[in-house]
Amino acid sequence: IACLVMYFFAEFDDAANLLAANPDATTISIDEPVETPKNQHSRLPEPGREEDDELLGTDDSDKTELLAGQKKSAPFWTFEYYQTFFDVDTYQVLDRIKGSVFPVPGKNFVRLYIRSNPDLYGPFWICATLVFTIAVSGNLSNFFIHLGKPTYHYVPEFRKVSIAATTIYAYAWLVPLALWGFLMWRNSKVMNIVSYSFLEIVCVYGYSLFIYIPTAILWIIPQKVVRWVLMVFSLCLSGSVLVMTFWPAVRDDNRRIAVATVATILLLHALLAVGCLAYFFDAPELDLPAPVLPEPIIPAHNGTTIVTKSH
Amino acid sequence: FPGLADVSISQDIPVEGEITVPVGSHSPDEDYSTLDEPVKDTILRDLKAVGKKFVHVMYPKKSSALLRDWDLWGPLVLCVSLALMLQGGSADSKDDGGPQFAEVFVIIWFGAVVITLNSKLLGGTISFFQSLCVLGYCVMPLTVAMLVCRLVLLAGGGTISFIIRLIVVGAMFGWSTLASTAFLADSQPPNRKALVVYPIFLFYFVISWMILTFTPQ
Repeated sequence: IACLVMYFFAEFDDAANLLAANPDATTISIDEPVETPKNQHSRLPEPGREEDDELLGTDDSDKTELLAGQKKSAPFWTFEYYQTFFDVDTYQVLDRIKGSVFPVPGKNFVRLYIRSNPDLYGPFWICATLVFTIAVSGNLSNFFIHLGKPTYHYVPEFRKVSIAATTIYAYAWLVPLALWGFLMWRNSKVMNIVSYSFLEIVCVYGYSLFIYIPTAILWIIPQKVVRWVLMVFSLCLSGSVLVMTFWPAVRDDNRRIAVATVATILLLHALLAVGCLAYFFDAPELDLPAPVLPEPIIPAHNGTTIVTKSH
Repeated sequence: FPGLADVSISQDIPVEGEITVPVGSHSPDEDYSTLDEPVKDTILRDLKAVGKKFVHVMYPKKSSALLRDWDLWGPLVLCVSLALMLQGGSADSKDDGGPQFAEVFVIIWFGAVVITLNSKLLGGTISFFQSLCVLGYCVMPLTVAMLVCRLVLLAGGGTISFIIRLIVVGAMFGWSTLASTAFLADSQPPNRKALVVYPIFLFYFVISWMILTFTPQ
């Protein structure tokens, strides 16, 4: 009851300032075993505790929540409003990418890297790069697989770029929208401690797709085992970033709904990877039988013709 | 304002001067004077401006001529010629062929607009059309590469011609990226330069890929 009361008070600005001035007062009432708020670097077995401390125990998170509300104050029809979504420097973008590729177990990606400064630069350009990487790699891999065959004529397959773009951008924007709507709905029923804004969810999804860029390049290797190993590896990495971000948001909910939500997130992520692999990259063992024709004249690529019959 | 309470215009001070504004002074907009010139002069002047910009792209130095007097004629000509040269390749197979004319157009113009928006959102000080102008003019090395590729392909396909095309397209891609970066990099905030240069790199990479994978039917 005390933690619920403290949560309600956190909604009011002056009370939040009071909390920020007295961090010790909040931490004692929340956790049953008394934990010191400074104890954030020890190896806690439960990542949830650490996030509770990180979220409510320190005054940093309170201040950043307040600042986030004050930052985007320009009206939405001005250019400055959209500039607030691109307020990142080079090193910040690189840090966020590094955080998505090497997820630290127990650290929440949003709290650690985004810190109430979600940007749209990362998601947009990572998706654009991924679209072209998948299309180009798929094209290259098909070229190498079918290279020796006499009936093969290389085509650039430009249509696939549009299909890749639609799929990846739809995934990176619609799934966060659905997830955000779902989390908002559950928030209205169950008082969750952790909640994310729509842009933070888009950010997490966008940066979690980064690992697929080198994976797509390595998928050019025409070995089925190698491709599946790569896929599982990248799925684990980006899936773990997503799970560690969203598990605290649904943890306080009904157990089955929480597990179902996280399972759906992972399932959709896996579907994207498997679908891209299946559609853009031909299977390596696909060996079309050479048509048995009565020794025709085969025009080779360099323009000369090979007459198989004797002259 | 208490000090001004007792200021008044006395009746016997004559007011002098001219009310009319002299016309035709040092305004940079010389529309009035160019209205009477022959059409040939107007067209030649514009062509000279476009040609001068092409020369600037070929030898990219930090000159402000490209930025100050922007025009979109050069990019239009380059885009149309590139899109035309990319036709006629594997056009029979409907789904798997090369890019259509409209697709090349859309990629170049939409890509340039998105890059410009990106650099402005990141805090760049360059104006919208200046950036479009630079990005469009810097497509010129790639158009030259497309021309060379088509000529090489006339001589025949095969590995040697592919290697030649790869080297030519690679060199022109590097030239385009370096030229546009030379013109655009100064107008960006210093700790975000890489964030602005990367989309330009991606843009010219995609165009280079389209050129390199062009195969005639």
